Amino acid sequence: MTATSETWSYNFAYLDEQTKRMIRRAILKAIAIPGYQVPFASREMPMPYGWGTGGVQVTASILGPDDVLKVIDQGSDDTTNAVAIRGFFEKTAGVATTTATEEASVIQTRHRIPETPLSETQVLVYQVPIPEPMRYLEPREAETRKMHALQEYGLMHVKLYEDIARHGHIATTYAYPVKVSGRYVMDPSPTPKFDNPKMDNSPALQLFGAGREKRIYAVPPFTQVTSLDFEDHPFAVQTFEEPCALCAAEGVFLDEVVLDDRGGRMFVCSDTNHCEERRAAGHRGRLSGDPTKTEDASQGERP
Amino acid sequence: MNLPVFDDGAPLLRASGVTRYYGTRIGCTDVSFELWPGEVLAVVGESGSGKTTLLNCLSTRLVPTSGVVEYRMRDGAMRDLFQLNEAERRLLMRTDWGFVHQNPADGLRMTVSAGANVGERLMAVGARNYGAIRGEAESWLDKVEIDTGRIDDDPRGFSGGMRQRLQIARNLVTGPRLIFMDEPTGGLDVSVQARLLDLLRQLVGEFGLSAVVVTHDLAVARLLSHRMIVMRGGNVIETGLTDQVLDDPRAPYTQLLVSSILQV
Amino acid sequence: MPTRLCLNGVSKNFVMHLQGGAVLPVVAEVELAVAAGECVVLGGRSGIGKSSVLKMIYGNYRCEEGQILITDGDRIVNVATASPREILALRKETIGYVSQFLRAIPRVSARDIVAEPLIERGVERDDAVSRAEDMLARLNVPEKLWGLPPATFSGGEQQRVNIARGFIADFPILLLDEPTASLDAANRAVVVDLVKEKKASGAALLGILHDADVRERIADRVIDMEAFAAEKAA
Repeated sequence: MTATSETWSYNFAYLDEQTKRMIRRAILKAIAIPGYQVPFASREMPMPYGWGTGGVQVTASILGPDDVLKVIDQGSDDTTNAVAIRGFFEKTAGVATTTATEEASVIQTRHRIPETPLSETQVLVYQVPIPEPMRYLEPREAETRKMHALQEYGLMHVKLYEDIARHGHIATTYAYPVKVSGRYVMDPSPTPKFDNPKMDNSPALQLFGAGREKRIYAVPPFTQVTSLDFEDHPFAVQTFEEPCALCAAEGVFLDEVVLDDRGGRMFVCSDTNHCEERRAAGHRGRLSGDPTKTEDASQGERP
Repeated sequence: MNLPVFDDGAPLLRASGVTRYYGTRIGCTDVSFELWPGEVLAVVGESGSGKTTLLNCLSTRLVPTSGVVEYRMRDGAMRDLFQLNEAERRLLMRTDWGFVHQNPADGLRMTVSAGANVGERLMAVGARNYGAIRGEAESWLDKVEIDTGRIDDDPRGFSGGMRQRLQIARNLVTGPRLIFMDEPTGGLDVSVQARLLDLLRQLVGEFGLSAVVVTHDLAVARLLSHRMIVMRGGNVIETGLTDQVLDDPRAPYTQLLVSSILQV
Repeated sequence: MPTRLCLNGVSKNFVMHLQGGAVLPVVAEVELAVAAGECVVLGGRSGIGKSSVLKMIYGNYRCEEGQILITDGDRIVNVATASPREILALRKETIGYVSQFLRAIPRVSARDIVAEPLIERGVERDDAVSRAEDMLARLNVPEKLWGLPPATFSGGEQQRVNIARGFIADFPILLLDEPTASLDAANRAVVVDLVKEKKASGAALLGILHDADVRERIADRVIDMEAFAAEKAA
């Protein structure tokens, strides 16, 4: 592999080649059986479990020297986890990194799918804390594996039933269970259910790595991903009452940001790259930081 | 005692020479009987008599060392239960069969609501309408005399008797034809027991259920069952009509059991 | 009239294993037959085995020796060798049993206990309940008790509930085990009427009746059980 990296003492992308081969075999199997959790021999990584060790191992195994890597955490390119993982691969693989979604060939993510539509040339790698969607109702792993094998998925609806019984609607807003290609029920990792429709029929390959749980699963490109629901309580994504306060985007996932101790708050794009690109293109929201545009805000939609 | 709705066909369940060893220790040996639709069979005996081993072998929770257990499927075909594949067996267990555990916590999901406990089997066989599932759960809670206002409470807040009734509702919601019960009234207060027994008796009669009830309590056997099997040390000691075995016991052990009942 | 019930060479012993296997002979070589429309009464001192004979016919006691033949529609069933399932079917359709003692079931009302044999035989519930109420009224069970479980009733009330239950369905064969013991004269008269109605409808009745007056009024024949005593009186 490339020896131009200053850290020549690391193998390319940190993992040794045999480990990468082992992980690639697991990935190929996962792609062959969409939604099925493939066990793999998860390695110790130089970061604690829960910090994305599964995603990192998947990324390390698929990364080539020409790849361009983007890492996001909760939609943001500049949070600790994203910066650390990006730095890790810059150092151990010497690959180019970017924050621009469309420039990336591999995107490792925790909790979000970028707002910019993905393409056939991209791979989305999810960091997964708990791969088993039935874990909380059926703690026995041997039993849940059998249930997957026999397609006994009544339990997933028990969970949704409980939601409606307790909250009047399906209150699960993240890690919302999906059925992949009409066969396996899958936990889409703790992404907000807002992103579930983006998984369906996506042109990009989606890979899921759970380091602590030692499981890899996948959704191949153009695969049907259906969110579970009831006939009389159909699946619906979150909606937001106002557009992004910075870039005025609508129909995107927003984060709530508390502004002061008097109840002031704003809603801004969770996908920071998307927000920045829109602002660079001249879109301005209610609280956009550009002082020359303040009258925009006063003319804005809010009373 | 309610009497069964007999039909002329084959028995519902047939055990032939069912034997189970735990290593060299005997669980139960050479048990054979036939159970017809609408019949309730009690298996009685003291702890260690092999009655629970037998129940587990019949309900496929345990594989017999030798012997055959056959069941008449809904299509009328008699099938060897241990020749079924696992998917068929599990489907049978959650649709056409019920299993009532002595400890309701073993048969319930303690952390989900009563409604979901009852609805689970419906969802497992494809029910996808929340309103319909909830309506069915309500009607079953009512049948087992649980206040429908408790439908969203989880069973951790229920009394022992309520939990046991909930477990029964959860089992009966898919209209099973055969129920296995392991000491269904064990561990309940006497008055709670009486209520549960009466309820079971009613439900068994109303739905023409067949049942295999394991109990050490001869009064339970008398009230619920048509026929009984007395077991000791893994062997069948005596079989017959329940009132016959209790009123005219033949085997020394059965005579001892019957004479040991406390009279009130 | 055709024979409904026939006992051939019926013998019964109890083996008391708890008393070192002591054999307690009950009856030996019982021969009797009851025809449709007939009421036969078993006579003899107490302990001679009259109740045991009724219980063997009902399948409650096992019969080791001999035959107990029951006409069930167009076939004849031998209770002594019948399977439990056949006996249950006979009890549902063919043989009724009126005993002295009611085995009360928790929480089941007197009305439902009486109606149960009809419901089991396929009578509509409302119809069965109204007939049960008529029967309870006829036996002078106070109406306020009908909806209550009989466990707390007096002995006489429980007995009348049980008689109502025994007589309500049209069994071709009816076994009467002291139905009038401890009844007052008015209720005894009701039982006498009920038995006469059963006879008129063609049922075969076999009973134990110590009350000489009632026996006089309903028995067509009295069979002295002394003839079948297992141990001849010393």
